[in-house]
Amino acid sequence: MAFTVPANLEAQLDELVTHYPVKRSASLMFLHALQEHFGHVSDDAIEWTAGKLGLQPINVYELVTFYPMFRQKPLGKTHIKVCRTLSCALAGSGELREHFCQKLGLDSHAHAPQTTPDGKFTVEFVECLADCGNAPTVLLNDDLLPKVTPAKADDIIAKGKGL
Amino acid sequence: MPEQYKMILKHADSPGYTPDMACYLRHGGYEALKKALATVPRELADGKKLSAQEVVREEVKASGLRGRGGAGFSAGLKWSFVDRRSGKPIYLICNADESEPGTFKDRQILHKDPHQLIEGMIISCWANDVKLAYIYIRGEMPHGARLLNQALAEARANGFLGKNILGTGYDLEIHVHRGAGAYICGEETGLIESLEGKRAYPRIKPPYFPAVLGLYMCPTIVNNVETLCHVKHIVTMGPAEYAKLGTPNNTGTRIVSLSGDVLKPGYFEVEVGKVTLGQLINDPNFGGGLKPGRSLKAVIPGGSSSKVLKAGEVFKLNRKGADGQMTKVDVPLLDLPYDFDSLQGAGTMSGSGAIIVMDDSRSMVDVLANLSEFYAHESCGQCTPCREGALWLAKGTHRLAHGDGRKQDAEYLSHIAQNIQGRTICAFGEAASWPVLSFVKKFKDEFEAKGAADEAAKTGKPAASSNQH
Ligand SMILES: Cc1cc2nc3c(=O)[nH]c(=O)nc-3n(C[C@H](O)[C@H](O)[C@H](O)COP(=O)(O)O)c2cc1C
Ligand code: SF4
Ligand code: FES
Repeated sequence: MAFTVPANLEAQLDELVTHYPVKRSASLMFLHALQEHFGHVSDDAIEWTAGKLGLQPINVYELVTFYPMFRQKPLGKTHIKVCRTLSCALAGSGELREHFCQKLGLDSHAHAPQTTPDGKFTVEFVECLADCGNAPTVLLNDDLLPKVTPAKADDIIAKGKGL
Repeated sequence: MPEQYKMILKHADSPGYTPDMACYLRHGGYEALKKALATVPRELADGKKLSAQEVVREEVKASGLRGRGGAGFSAGLKWSFVDRRSGKPIYLICNADESEPGTFKDRQILHKDPHQLIEGMIISCWANDVKLAYIYIRGEMPHGARLLNQALAEARANGFLGKNILGTGYDLEIHVHRGAGAYICGEETGLIESLEGKRAYPRIKPPYFPAVLGLYMCPTIVNNVETLCHVKHIVTMGPAEYAKLGTPNNTGTRIVSLSGDVLKPGYFEVEVGKVTLGQLINDPNFGGGLKPGRSLKAVIPGGSSSKVLKAGEVFKLNRKGADGQMTKVDVPLLDLPYDFDSLQGAGTMSGSGAIIVMDDSRSMVDVLANLSEFYAHESCGQCTPCREGALWLAKGTHRLAHGDGRKQDAEYLSHIAQNIQGRTICAFGEAASWPVLSFVKKFKDEFEAKGAADEAAKTGKPAASSNQH
């Protein structure tokens, strides 16, 4: 299927370009919007962005590989980002990630984001989410969850299974 | 009893306060902007004339405001470095990347009181002849970005932003730009590259000082969220009143983020220097002390990049005696006033205002391994000493933390760290090295004992030292 960006999304992106004196500046905002819509940033999305902003595809591709939030493959519907950094680690975020991985049959020793075969869940370790007073924290898709206990983790899993 | 002094967070945490324009206006919102725009030009005693904008810039200088993002540099001075003769546009960027581990203060403002930031920004932009400004917010705060966009739209609809602001003929646009998960975007020149749509590779200074060659190679001001909010209060109170808050050279209030091994982690707004590190950790109004039966082992006082302080340390600080003479005074760790100068005097920094506390149940090797992994992950990779060194530090500390250490690892880690600091494009090199240098120096016995124990476990011989944590 050919890569098409819905007209209303394209209009939004065209408006974004007007925020900057130099078009290239809009690259990150384009990638966010396309990832939100398509679930990941495909090669087509990279080419399309480059075309819109008058760039070479490599200029966009090197952003996708540099910035950790962008992904080139679809991830699970329920995306669980567990904070790895010190304050959360002191509050047991290592055990928390282990708990998620165990319950979901994922490899807790692997470094990269882990996705369940049914495509429902992705579990990932990320760096400080800037809510260290509520450690351990989890970014669940767009929502920041404070003080995540194993019981809360089980709720997240139960909800995600129903999606 | 030491208490909070809520100025920036005065309304944000009160029940029923919402982040919308109507609520902000009910609480006196945008009055400071009106006051700033009505500033009259002033003639100085020496006949020099100050424009209205210059008057406000002088007020910010006179207030003593120091940046709340990390370096604690005078905001007024930073503004005075801006190249105003280049004929190029001047840009202002609000650094809302909040990514220094331990820090969660800007988040409170962005999510609970976005208009306060916007008002502070509009005043700052006006005072610096800025027509286009950006808020660079970290990618992991999508709700914050939405709230800011909403608030900006409200500000436009009410004539506080856009063309001909409040009928004064002044035009300003502010846009929200989202990062995408890289810590180095918090470093101001990395941030600028990122805002230009590139990888966040910091630029070398000189020549790329933002005040001269910043965004699109134009003069640019980068200030932290909290710093810009203070500008609003300086205008409201006047610089003299403002400077009465806090302590000399450390004026105003500051939002402290407290986390780790305390009973009540959280954020607390205090007058700078009026509260000690010990009070922040132990007082019931703040951290509430350690968990029952635990004692203090170490404190990271200003975000993960600041040098660690060890329980029981005593520092020699400069103090003005009754006779007005400066003398050196012994100040124990917990009596350190929480301000820029005292922390610097103690060989560390108050950085982003983030305190991380560790009690006696913690292994310093594990703590350092955690931090080193952060820096290895976040190095942008431009400079060889940082890219390779940060990785070695992470591998070395990981090995030591996981039973594969050697007695000489303490030396080895320090050696690597010493070869990073001072040899890189940006201050990330120091940020990655300082934790290692300070942890290994102050907890050397623990690092060596762990290495020796690992070696002994492998050879089957008992460790020479029984001092295993
Ligand atoms: C590695 C690194 C990370 C930084 N991260 C942040 C950050 O997340 N937020 C911030 O405001 N400043 C950060 N800074 C400091 C900025 O470079 C800059 O000094 C600051 O935004 C200036 O604002 P201020 O003068 O108002 O403090 C960082 C600096 C370095 C070297
Ligand atoms: S010091 Fe590290 S983070 Fe800074 S520019 Fe060099 S490689 Fe990048
Ligand atoms: S360390 Fe986890 S939110 Fe900061």
